[in-house]
Amino acid sequence: MISLAGRDILHAWGKFIFTGVGLGLLIGVTLIMAGVYRGMVDDGKVLLDNSGADLWVVQQATLGPYAEPSSVPDDIWRSLLTQPGVAEAANITYLTMQIERGEDDVRAMVVGIAPGGAGTLGWPRYLVAGRQITRGHYEAVADLASGFQLGDYLTIRRNQYKVVGLTRRMVSASGDPMIFIPLKGAQEAQFLKDKDAILMQRRRTEANPALNRPNLPGLLEAVLASQTTNPSVNAVLVRIKPEYLPQAVAEPIERWQRFTVYDREQMEGILIGKLIATSARQISMFLVILAIVCAAIVAFIIYTLTMDKIREIAVLKLIGTRNRTLVWMILQQALVLGAIGFVVGKITATFAAPIFPKYVLLLPIDSIIGFVAIQLICTLASVVAIRMALKVDPAEVIG
Amino acid sequence: MSIQGIQIENLSKRFGEGDTAVFALKDVNMQVAPGEVVGLIGPSGSGKSTLLKCLGAVIDPTAGRMVLDQQVIYDEGWKVGDLSALRRDKIGFVFQSPYLIPFLDATDNVALLPMLAGVPNEEARRRALELLTALDVQHRAKAMPSQLSGGEQQRIAIARGLVNQPPVILADEPTAPLDSVRALAVVRILNDMAKRFNTAVIVVTHDEKIIPTFKRIYHIRDGVTHEEVGEGRLPT
Ligand SMILES: Nc1ncnc2c1ncn2[C@@H]1O[C@H](COP(=O)(O)OP(=O)(O)OP(=O)(O)O)[C@@H](O)[C@H]1O
Ligand SMILES: [Mg+2]
Repeated sequence: MISLAGRDILHAWGKFIFTGVGLGLLIGVTLIMAGVYRGMVDDGKVLLDNSGADLWVVQQATLGPYAEPSSVPDDIWRSLLTQPGVAEAANITYLTMQIERGEDDVRAMVVGIAPGGAGTLGWPRYLVAGRQITRGHYEAVADLASGFQLGDYLTIRRNQYKVVGLTRRMVSASGDPMIFIPLKGAQEAQFLKDKDAILMQRRRTEANPALNRPNLPGLLEAVLASQTTNPSVNAVLVRIKPEYLPQAVAEPIERWQRFTVYDREQMEGILIGKLIATSARQISMFLVILAIVCAAIVAFIIYTLTMDKIREIAVLKLIGTRNRTLVWMILQQALVLGAIGFVVGKITATFAAPIFPKYVLLLPIDSIIGFVAIQLICTLASVVAIRMALKVDPAEVIG
Repeated sequence: MSIQGIQIENLSKRFGEGDTAVFALKDVNMQVAPGEVVGLIGPSGSGKSTLLKCLGAVIDPTAGRMVLDQQVIYDEGWKVGDLSALRRDKIGFVFQSPYLIPFLDATDNVALLPMLAGVPNEEARRRALELLTALDVQHRAKAMPSQLSGGEQQRIAIARGLVNQPPVILADEPTAPLDSVRALAVVRILNDMAKRFNTAVIVVTHDEKIIPTFKRIYHIRDGVTHEEVGEGRLPT
């Protein structure tokens, strides 16, 4: 037996290719949407991996430091070191801001990293070019995605930093490239008030008789000094000793030091379950709409292709073709259309993904799901055409 | 009982019920022997198409009996189970228009029928080619229907009707779109093929040009048939 569907497709190949390509572009968009979601999840995981932390110590009852603002004193890391099971603890700040780059500016997450060296918690794990920060001040390591190059200067608040190293795939949960600078500068950038605000506050403090007491020399100076220092960070990253369980280390810190502590799993839950949950819902809405559009296109084209063949179908029925042969013919055409669309879509997605500003992660499993889904959609979409073909009365050919 | 060819006894067909019922066929009797070509003529609305549809097992008669190649097809409301397979194996159709499948070439248009019956592709194509040769269109075997002339298409359609060597061929105005030379050529082919494959052929026609070629003619009027001897002149 020859393949009726195959012969018909070869005969009307132009229609099939054009519809297939159109469908394919839609499927490409669908695959990229899925890839954008996967990319966001992956960005979150990479963010957590790169920090190197087992525990995040954040302000009590906040979801910090990535999902909510959090501030903790910058000296508690020392006392955390005395807790059982804590191997390492390091301050960290995160601040997402616009950073000037030449004529325009780039959105980046500025990470303030504690003094130390490569391998310290929060430091970039590996560089693709240059070196790590060596001096306490005015050096930065930037992610490639920021567009900065070695030797570039960037300005954060009042300070200028020279880019000495470059990273790859170091991004925030929302995909903004990271820029690592020494903690001190980052603290200033986040907590330091501007000059005018300091002056205003100084005047108010001087005018306050409770703080400006002539009989207590030095009090005013001490108050002013405490007002302008920046004793906060967003979180303390903790690495635990290998023989300890994260929860066992976290529990006493929460109880005695009055902080909230998240382990890796909880942090991932916050990033994926809360931070990108809305985006994920948004994307799934798009996926649903795209699926409906694909189904409509396939249904329409299979319907018209079948409509064009209605007389041939009647003749085929009259000369003794079984209904299941005709159903299979129509179904096969829908499946072939889906397959062409999938191949075109897959190619489109693969070539288009790197052009997107955010990380697009195309997982093989998504392709498989996509393929199965599109074949299911095509099967459903051919139902209308199949019903019509089954209704054709072979008697119409006579008379 | 051994009835070769096709025979119907008191076949009736009613469309609709009650007041609006139309009696399209009333107690029609007809017998066509293997190798015989008969004409079926009548004015518009007389029941020709209805009779052909009953003979072709596409619609069921309301009453009566039909025997095809020694097999009872209808008997007073009873009918054989698989009419689709019956049409495929026992009945050849030739229509007013060739109705070839546009996406199959000439050979495969003919070979499709044996293929549907489970004959291997090569064997089916061999049979098709044999018929195309007999009908003198073998040189167009690889052409698509859109590349064939009307006469060539009609010959391929006849080949399709013959390929499963059915005991009966039903032709529905097969010469209507053809000029008189071509029309007579088609009739000659049908006569030759009837003899060669021992097939009973029923030709429904309006076509004055071919009416004199039949040896036997069934006239039908208001669903009633009567038989008549024809001239049986087939010009050479
Ligand atoms: N499906 C149907 N339902 C109701 N009445 C029908 C149906 N098919 C045919 N008829 C009626 O049966 C009668 C015979 O119709 P039929 O089509 O057999 O005529 P015909 O001889 O083929 O005419 P023509 O030469 O115009 O094709 C007509 O009166 C027609 O209206
Ligand atoms: Mg008619």
